[in-house]
Amino acid sequence: MTLSPQVVNLVYLIAATLFVFGLKGLTHPRTAVRGNLLGALGMLLAVVVTLLHKDIVTYKYIVAGFVVGGVIGAVLAMKIAMTAMPQLVAVFNGFGGGASTLVAGAALIETQMTPGIPPSLQMTVSTVASGLIGAVTFWGSMIAFGKLQGLVTERPVRYKGEQVVKIVLLLISLYLGYLIVQDPYQTTNYWILVAVSSVLGVLLVIPIGGADMPVVIALLNSYSGLAAAATGFVLNNNVLIISGSLVGASGVILTNIMCKAMNRSLANVLFGGFGEVQESAAADDIYEGKVKATSPEEVAMLLDGARRVVIVPGYGMAVAQAQHAVRDLFHLLESRGVEVEFAIHPVAGRMPGHMNVLLAEADIPYDKLKEMDEINPTFPQTDVVIVLGANDVVNPLAKTDPNSPIAGMPILEVDKAKTVVVIKRSLSPGFAGIPNPLFAADNTLMLFGDAKKMVQELIAAIKEM
Amino acid sequence: MVDFVTVLTIFVLAIFVGFEVITKVPPILHTPLMSGSNAISGITIIGAIISAGTQYTTLTTTLGFLAVVFATINVVGGFLVTHRMLEMFKRKD
Repeated sequence: MTLSPQVVNLVYLIAATLFVFGLKGLTHPRTAVRGNLLGALGMLLAVVVTLLHKDIVTYKYIVAGFVVGGVIGAVLAMKIAMTAMPQLVAVFNGFGGGASTLVAGAALIETQMTPGIPPSLQMTVSTVASGLIGAVTFWGSMIAFGKLQGLVTERPVRYKGEQVVKIVLLLISLYLGYLIVQDPYQTTNYWILVAVSSVLGVLLVIPIGGADMPVVIALLNSYSGLAAAATGFVLNNNVLIISGSLVGASGVILTNIMCKAMNRSLANVLFGGFGEVQESAAADDIYEGKVKATSPEEVAMLLDGARRVVIVPGYGMAVAQAQHAVRDLFHLLESRGVEVEFAIHPVAGRMPGHMNVLLAEADIPYDKLKEMDEINPTFPQTDVVIVLGANDVVNPLAKTDPNSPIAGMPILEVDKAKTVVVIKRSLSPGFAGIPNPLFAADNTLMLFGDAKKMVQELIAAIKEM
Repeated sequence: MVDFVTVLTIFVLAIFVGFEVITKVPPILHTPLMSGSNAISGITIIGAIISAGTQYTTLTTTLGFLAVVFATINVVGGFLVTHRMLEMFKRKD
């Protein structure tokens, strides 16, 4: 059966519409599941109608690709631990970008089959864009995955003249692109372009530190969309262009939100090398004689008299896999009539929304998860704040010290609560590499230890009362 | 040239639609938004299918096959993991 191009394009239009409705569904937790299913339905329609394309002569390789990719994708998606979600998203971004590069490359080679009809300028320019962006996305994502998985150092890798190296690589890529546009039949240039862009992708992400990963992942997300859109220009295919630009826009919005939440520009995140180890001499002055250590029993007594408790989770909670213990603490406190809420900083964790996913996994109702702007005014009426593996996002220096690397970053103003309990292994600095005066504040108690173990001991102590 | 302007128009308008829709996604759903939108960017799968199925040359078929694998991981994995996450956000009664 073959379909006329009009019918095919109509079905593609329906698919694109379903993608838009799908994304619209994601605006509320109640409609989100259906939204995602609508998106998947759109994809299914687009794939089925494409399988009926008149030029397809064999299904062998297509089916083989479906089976291999489908099994890998399904196993990854079903087996992955929620704490490893940032890595997985990074990997998926990478594969999307990689696929775009390969498709554009194949399309370029196919133009050689009809030497009489040279490829249009639109096609060659967009092929170059697809090759460049796709390769950067693929290798950048692989490095991001490596960093999040602990295979590549989380610290920024810096070297002398690194900005120059990156600019030179970009210029070489653009020059190769120019050559391809000039003479599309020299397809070797395309693969050299892909190779150079791959190196560029590695070098762009490797100098970025672990806590800046939310920005990087959002940006790579945007790139994977743009690569798909560029491939759409290569193939003159509307559904690719529409879907690609939807995803591109989504990534840009998230990137912007993440940058704002750190009061830093995108250029600063990408090229600033934030999070290099900086020795701070001031740490001793700030902490000396002022830090008060406490015990689970003491905190249990504090919680016993509390009416309102706010828990502030950070990356430390994810590392310690403490979300289920936190859920138990949440239920225990609620059963004793305490009002408990969670304060979520936009950049807590390693990707946008990381903390929300972990807490949702532990069955904590989403209406208990509060955004920064919503919860900040409530801290003065809060009896106890429990800071669990968060550091820079509660550092008051952001507001008081204009020379601090985190100056101007919006923070959770936990220091305004009556008592702050910080559960942390030691006084070591957070990602920004600076001491945190909160730990030495009069109303702060430090509960030193592993997040999960301390929460469990806290639960035991409350139950014994 | 007319063709190019038409597809460019679609591109620009779709970006506006994207901005309008996605600005309304609340922060608690940002991770599913990323994985879900990422699955949508796996739409390159349709280009991959054609490259893998047309058999112009061994090279294009190989590239097409690899692209189908990559894009299928992206699509299947992306929608599934998003579904898994969103199920957790459903209100427990």
